[in-house]
This record gives sequence, C-alpha cells and structure tokens, in this order.
Amino acid sequence: MTLTQEFDTIAAISTPLGEGAIAIVRLSGTDALKIAQSVYKGKNLTQVASHTINYGHIFEEKRLVDEVMVSVMRAPKTFTREDIVEINTHGGIAVTQEILQLLLRNGARLAEPGEFTKRAFLNGRIDLAQAESVMDLIRAKTDKAANIAVKQLDGSLSKMINNIRQEILESLAQVEVNIDYPEYDDVETMTSQMLLEKTAHFEQLLENLLSTAKRGKILREGLKTAIIGRPNVGKSSLLNQLLREEKAIVTDIAGTTRDVITEFANIGGVPLELVDTAGIRETDDLVEAIGVERSKKALAEADLVLLVLDASNELTDKDLELLELSKNSNRIVLLNKTDLPEKIDSTQISGDFIRISALKNENLNAVEEKINQIFFAGEIEAKDATVLSNARHISIVEEALKALKEANSGLALGLPVDLIQVDVTRCWQLLGEITGEAAPDELITQLFSQFCLGK
Amino acid sequence: MNFQENYDVVVIGGGHAGVEASLAAARMGSKTLLMTINLNMVAFMPCNPSIGGSAKGIVVREIDALGGEMGRNIDKTYIQMKMLNTGKGPAVRALRAQADKDEYADSMKNTVSDQENLTLRQGMVEELILDEEKKKVIGIKTSTGTKYGAKAVIITTGTALRGEIIIGELKYSSGPNNSLSSIGLADNLREIGFEIGRFKTGTPPRVLASSIDYDKTEIQPGDEAPNHFSFMSSDENYLKDQIPCWLTYTTENSHTILRGNLHRAPLFSGIVKGVGPRYCPSIEDKITRFADKPRHQLFLEPEGRNTEEVYIGGLSTSMPEDVQFDLVKSIPGLENAQMMRPGYAIEYDVVMPHQLRPTLETKLVSGLFTAGQTNGTSGYEEAAGQGLVAGINAALKVQGKSEFILKRSEAYIGVMIDDLVTKGTLEPYRLLTSRAEYRLILRHDNADRRLTEIGRQVGLVSDEQWEHYQAKMAQFDREMKRLNSEKLKPLPDTQEKLGKLGFGPIKDALTGAEFLKRPEVHYNEVIDFIGQAPEKIDRTVIELIETEITYEGYIKKAMDQVDKMHRLEAKRIPKNMDWDKLDSIATEARQKFKKINPETLGQASRISGVNPADISILMVYLEGK
Repeated sequence: MTLTQEFDTIAAISTPLGEGAIAIVRLSGTDALKIAQSVYKGKNLTQVASHTINYGHIFEEKRLVDEVMVSVMRAPKTFTREDIVEINTHGGIAVTQEILQLLLRNGARLAEPGEFTKRAFLNGRIDLAQAESVMDLIRAKTDKAANIAVKQLDGSLSKMINNIRQEILESLAQVEVNIDYPEYDDVETMTSQMLLEKTAHFEQLLENLLSTAKRGKILREGLKTAIIGRPNVGKSSLLNQLLREEKAIVTDIAGTTRDVITEFANIGGVPLELVDTAGIRETDDLVEAIGVERSKKALAEADLVLLVLDASNELTDKDLELLELSKNSNRIVLLNKTDLPEKIDSTQISGDFIRISALKNENLNAVEEKINQIFFAGEIEAKDATVLSNARHISIVEEALKALKEANSGLALGLPVDLIQVDVTRCWQLLGEITGEAAPDELITQLFSQFCLGK
Repeated sequence: MNFQENYDVVVIGGGHAGVEASLAAARMGSKTLLMTINLNMVAFMPCNPSIGGSAKGIVVREIDALGGEMGRNIDKTYIQMKMLNTGKGPAVRALRAQADKDEYADSMKNTVSDQENLTLRQGMVEELILDEEKKKVIGIKTSTGTKYGAKAVIITTGTALRGEIIIGELKYSSGPNNSLSSIGLADNLREIGFEIGRFKTGTPPRVLASSIDYDKTEIQPGDEAPNHFSFMSSDENYLKDQIPCWLTYTTENSHTILRGNLHRAPLFSGIVKGVGPRYCPSIEDKITRFADKPRHQLFLEPEGRNTEEVYIGGLSTSMPEDVQFDLVKSIPGLENAQMMRPGYAIEYDVVMPHQLRPTLETKLVSGLFTAGQTNGTSGYEEAAGQGLVAGINAALKVQGKSEFILKRSEAYIGVMIDDLVTKGTLEPYRLLTSRAEYRLILRHDNADRRLTEIGRQVGLVSDEQWEHYQAKMAQFDREMKRLNSEKLKPLPDTQEKLGKLGFGPIKDALTGAEFLKRPEVHYNEVIDFIGQAPEKIDRTVIELIETEITYEGYIKKAMDQVDKMHRLEAKRIPKNMDWDKLDSIATEARQKFKKINPETLGQASRISGVNPADISILMVYLEGK
C-alpha cells in the first residue's frame, strides 16, 4: 500500500510572505488539477500536457481575481510524485491569499508545515539518508508556524472562538446527557426545535466572524475605489480633497506588469485605493478617455464607486448612463458644487445621495460615514475588534459553518437530535483546531460539571 | 516447580469479568481454572440489580455476538426489560434489564460449572509465579500454599484487591459485600513493579419491600413490546409478568440531614482517599456540588422475584449508619422503611491501565492479563466486555495464534479498551455513548452484523449461533434487494394512497428503498405500496433495514472517517521501538510515547498531548525503517 492514497490534495503559498514580483500557490495531490480547474479560466488544465505553463485567469464565480500563469506537472515526475499545479500570481499578499482561500473552498486542504517535503519523502522522491532532515524540517517549520499562529491568534479572537465553543459544548452536553441518562427528569430534553434555535445562533456567530475576515482584508489592503462622472463635475477637486497632503500616500508598485499609478487616501481609517488617478488627472474624463468598456471593467474591479454629479446643472443623458452603469456597485452618489445654486432634479436619482462641495471641502465627512456604513455596518470604531485574517483560520471557520449548515438541513428533514449532533460536534472540534489542542475528554467533563448524575 | 495441577489459563476472580474470561478460554479449547475467593459469589451483583442501559446495553449485545454469556444469562433471569431512548435516533437506543440478582448469579454459576474444559474452585490467590527472568507468568500460588501451573493468567479481582469498606467513621478491610479482601496479591503486583492506583466506588442502602409505601411513588413499568439482549432469544419467551420499579425523590429534609452531618462524611473528612467516579457520585457529593437542586431522583429497584430487598438507585452513600437511618426515612414512600443493608463506599487497588496492551496483556509480564474493575473501569458490562477480550487473547496466546483486538469502529468494547490503554484513566471509567466517535456504526441493532463473524473466527461462536446469524443476514439481503427493485410508480391510485397517508405526490417512479429514505416513512408504509415480502420478515431485520436505509447518508459519512482511521491503524509501530532515536520529536510526545508504547500510528495519534507534527515525524521515521 502506498501512503499516497490516504492523502488529500494540499495547497499552500510556496513563496515567502510579503510583496514580491510574483508569488506561487502550489497544489499537490490526486485532485490538484481538478481543483485548480474549478477556479480557472483558460485552457482546460485537466487536459493540457504535463510540464506546461498556461496563461489564464482565476475567477471567484464571476469575479475576476487575478491574471495568472499556471504550471501543470503530472505525477510521477514531480517533487512530491503527485500531480502538482503551481499558480503564479501577481505577488500581492491579498490576491495570493485570496487564491489560496478559493482553492481551499474548492476541496484542497491547507498543507501542514513541511508537508510537501514529507510527501516527497514518503513517495520515494527523496532518499532515505534525507529522512532525518525531513523530520527536522517538519519540526522547524512547525515551531515557526506555531509562533506565527500565536502571533496571529490575538486575544480577542481566541476569546471569541472559545466563547462560541463553550456555548456549543453546553448544547452538546445537554444532548449527550439525554442520551446517556434518559430517565433523569431534572434535565430538560433537548428537542429538535431547541437545537435548531441553538444552531441558528451558532451559525450567526460564525457568519459574523467570517464577515470580519472581509473587513480584515479591507483594513489591510484598502478599498479599490473608482471615481466616475462626466467632465467638469469636479472629480479632480474631489480627488485632491481626498488626497490632501496629510492624508495622501502615493505608491508606485514596482515590478507589476501594469504601469499604473495607484494612490491611497485615508478616509476615516479606511485606506481607499484610488483606481486610475492618472487618467482622471490627465483628462478629467475617465469614461471618454478609456471608453465605456474600460469604465465597465473599472467598475467591475472596484469595491467602491464614487459617482460625481454636478448639482448646479441639470442631469444629462451621460449622467443617467453612468447611474445605470454603476447601479449594481457599492456606489455613493455625490451631488457636488453645493456652493452654487442647485439646479439638478434629485428626484430622478434613485437611492441615497450626498450633497458636497469638493471645492470648499464641505460635507466630506458624510462620505466617510457612508463608506463606514456600507462596509462595516457602522462598526469601524472598534479598532481592536476581532478580525479573522489567517488563511488557515478562515478555512476552518468556513468548514465549521458548513458543518452547522448540514446540521440545520438535517434538522429541517426531521432527523433525530443525536444524528444532528454528529455535525454539531464536528463544528465544535473544528473550532478547537483554531485555538489549539482540545483538552481530552472536554465533553465528558462538561457533562458531569453541568449536570448532577449518578446512581 | 511442583504444581498441584497444570492449566492453560488461570482466571483469578469469579465476577462478571472472570466468568466471561474463563468461559471464553474454555470454549476455545484451553484447559481453564477459575479461582474465586467465595464460590457463593460467582457473577454476584454487589451494586445495582440491572444490566444494560445507555452504551452498556450495546456492550451486552456485542458480548453476545462474539459468543459471550452475559446477554444469554440476563435473558434467562430478568424481571423487567426496557428499551431506552426510543424517541431518539437509532444509534443511541439501548436495552436495560432489571435482574433477579440471585437467579442471575446462580444461572451463571451453573453455566460455568457445566462448561467443558473449565474448573471452578474456591481459593484466594496470593502470588503470581514468574519465570526466572521475571518476564513471564508460569503459575499461581494460593493462600493455602497450593501452586497451579499456568501458561496464561487473567486477573479479574474487581474491588477485592486490597478492598476497604467505609461507612462513616468506620473503615475495615473487605471485598465487596463483606467478602474477603485480597491483600497478598495486591502486594505481589506492587512487588512485580506495576503502577497501582487507588479508586473508590459506592453503593446505596437496601430496604425491605414490604415496608415501602408505594402509593407515594410513581410506577416505572417495563416494556410490553418484546426485546432481548441475546440475538438467539426469541419473542415467545418474552416475560409477561414483569416487576416494576418505582420513582421517588429526596426532600429538603433529606438534604438538611445530610448537610448537618457533612463533617462526619468520610468523603469530606479525609477518610476516603481513592478517586471516585464523577458519573456516580454519592448523595452527599450531589447535594454539595449541586447545592441549588431542591431534590434528586431515586429509583426503587427490586433485587429479585424472591427477595424483599429493594435497591435505592441514586442514594449511594458512605455516611455513618445512623445518618443513613434518618436519610431513608426522609424520603416519600420510605417513611417507615426498614433498612436491610446500609450503603457503603469501597476503596480498592487498580492496575493503571496504560500498562496494558490492547489485548489486555500487561506489558511488564508476558502471559499476564488483567480485566474489569482491576483495570479501573466500573460496571458489570464493562467488566464482562474486558473479561471476554482477555479470555480470548489468553487462549489465542496459549494456542500460538494471532491476537484479537477490537477497533474503535467495531465495538464499544474496542472504544473502551483503546481509551484505557491509550489515555489511561484517572477515575473509575464508565462507557458513555459520547466516548464513541463512530456511534452511528456502533448500534445495538447491528452488533451481530459487526461481530458475529469475528467471534466465529476466533472460535467462540457456536454452530447454532452462526447458522442463526447467517439465516438472518440472508433474509436481510433478500429484503434489501426487493426494496431496491420494487417500485412505486406515479399512477393515480398510488398518488391517492400517498395523499391519504399525508405524503405529497411523487413525480417519477421510485424504489421502495428510495421511498424509505424519507425520515417520516417506515417499512410498514413501504410494504403498503410494494406488497408484503414472500416470507415473514423478522422484526429485528426490519429495524436493521430501516436504520441502514434512512440514515444511509450519515452512516456513509461515518464510514469514510473509519476508512481514513483504518489506514493509520494499519501502520504498525515495531515492538522494540527506541523513542530516543526520534530527535526531532517534541519532548512531551516522546515522554508519552515511552509511557504508552503505542502499537500503531492510529493509537499514537490518539494520545493526548501528541500533535500532528509528531505523528508526521513518526510516520517519516517508520517509512525510513
């Protein structure tokens, strides 16, 4: 028997963490090609020749994540002697992490420290003499990973996870006690309805936690923001206000293939990554300069769209076209030039808008608040709020959530509580993997401290 | 050595572990001696008069499927039978019987006495005789000086090993129920070098049935629908005139009496030193730990058909006897009750179970096995299950055959033994369903399917049992096949019938099995559509079919996990493994590995404090060997 069979397909970022020209996400295992193909558009990776590199794009459903080169190497002539796929990304931490997450969601498991090397050894790729060094490598990497994990696992996160686990544990103990002590009438019987309420509550807690994963990313990476509007509505003034000396950070991202200047504005603690500011500066007309197609693309890539309208003039067809174009984005409509008499018919604008004067720097704080509302449900204040940011943690929480959802669908089908418990227990165990080794016999200890039992 | 007699297997102790161990060894063809301190206490039930219950009931079925005796014996001697957890899922249903204590013990003693190859004898074993290198057991010596030669010895001494009974301020040397305490053997085990622990358990007072006012209690009758522990028992023999139990409660007054005397409770005064079980606390422990509970349930359980003794389940205590008198009278229904025996606590020596291999053979002495309460468990069923495994392995060893180890995915008995030898235990160990990670697979309705074949292979399952099992499985297969081929078609009369039963119409034809997959559909409803089977289908087969089909998805998920675990289980660690050679491993893991000496990668991975990286390193090391 080869040990290979028992292994899942694993994935990890194989280049050092940090900004580089490119980064590589590597997959190894029987399903490597299948999993890569499930997030990739380009040639069919499951059919391309071995040891080829292929150009294409990574998509999350319909959203473009990155333009990539993908190396396909089939077993056995690979490092691990398993099928290997290496995805070369554009080097940003965010995008690389995102691709890794995507692969994990599609069936890969995050590799343990040293696991690629371990497989290489177990599959006979590395010879016996190297066994010792493989073991040292696993140990060293584990220690390092443990250190990193400890750093990443900040107090509030582990406290939160522990609280959720404890709540789940109490419910589990109640189900268990009904099973192991069926005749003890002092213990309320956990019905499907009660359990459903609990699991729905747990699901909400985990959903909240996962939503912080997105928030964490925004806080770290910034919001991709596009400013659009027809010429002379005041986009440049707005840009300049946003980029006021003390707030502006201008970076030139070297080594990327795109020769674009990206500028950051800090709005109420949220970094806005302003897309194609050069275009706005040069022409004051993004749409005309780059054409409707490119506008659409900019809109599609943006997390946030600021649509500027001239309040001192009536709405034009062009304005309406832009309103239509951006209606599905996270959009804030700005009625600019409130320093002049208002002529615009605001009843024609569906949804909210904010009146500002970019020139006079009036009411820009309302924009900050709005951004805050859209992305953080007004919670940006909590600077030390629990944020899920580690790839491993995110994938575990996602798994745990999946288990809870299975519990809920089982409950909906009317399956007995003790079967549902299988999935709830799994959820509880998974969460334990974030905070570290679960204590032995945790559940049984809980059982006997929570209830008075005995003959 | 001058031996009086020579045996293949000698079993020390005639309790629930000892009888299963000796019967198994004898039935497998080993010449076996069962030594007991008191011949009147073979298969004696020193505590509650019941067999089975949650998890434990499944163990009894497992013992039966493997060819053991407990299930058959209780089916002959119960006074009440009850299926527990009927309102829950299939995985946790469990049978419990109230036993006629005397009849149970008598019947088992007769089975043992009548067993070919098995000698039953009274005597107290004081010493194990080892070979010159002290590595292997070769015989035993009794308190009278008689020596017996043995190729294998199984110690099943229960609470007798340096037993001490405690009632209030009183503490005296005694085995269960005032039998003799075994002190010589306890000393001998220490001398040999075993790590010995000290545990505590207890039992409640017994009262005179005719002095109980049952009107003040609630009746707890048995089931009318037949059920048995043994797969061989038939419904025609199901007991009609069952004897009920009765439910009552402690009162505020009971708690006041206890609180007023806590300073005299041996549990708190420091007299009790052994570690007691959390799951079976005494009443003085309960009112202290759960002080806000106004009352505790008590079950009045008759100890038999021909005895007046009634066991007060829930009132385990070691309070002084005068407190027990008052305590009993403070309970509704027991105001005028006459106490026949006081409750007591008992402390005893335990061979800490991490010193055992999964076969229950000690790592220190070849051929020496221990089972039951000696290994730190509690409960008749846990004892019997281990006794069976120890008996089978002793016989196999004597016969030079390969070992018998039940996996965690095969039996609750496997879960228990793996827990004991891998994790050890710090308190008396009781089986709970929550200890089993694969409980959807370890059900009471499929215990025969899981284990009969295994029992047959080791030579314990009789021809009769084997044929019975095969006939049942053949019927199961035929009916499954029929359910998978006969179809419900979307015809008007079918739709109408579905509507009448409260089901929605069907779009496409579906098989009986597919219909049965709906949680709300039962076998009988499927038969309404696809017709009766050409043969009479046994109710136990129907139960099995319903479970296997309705919960197929969950069972499959569990089986996938089992498969993964098996691959780790298949990876064996060499016996003479030098853990110091693994430099890269964490210190804590190395210490644990040295202590437990896991036999497979699977077992190694279950040791607490061992992390996945340690297992990875071990895996790499083993591959490199």
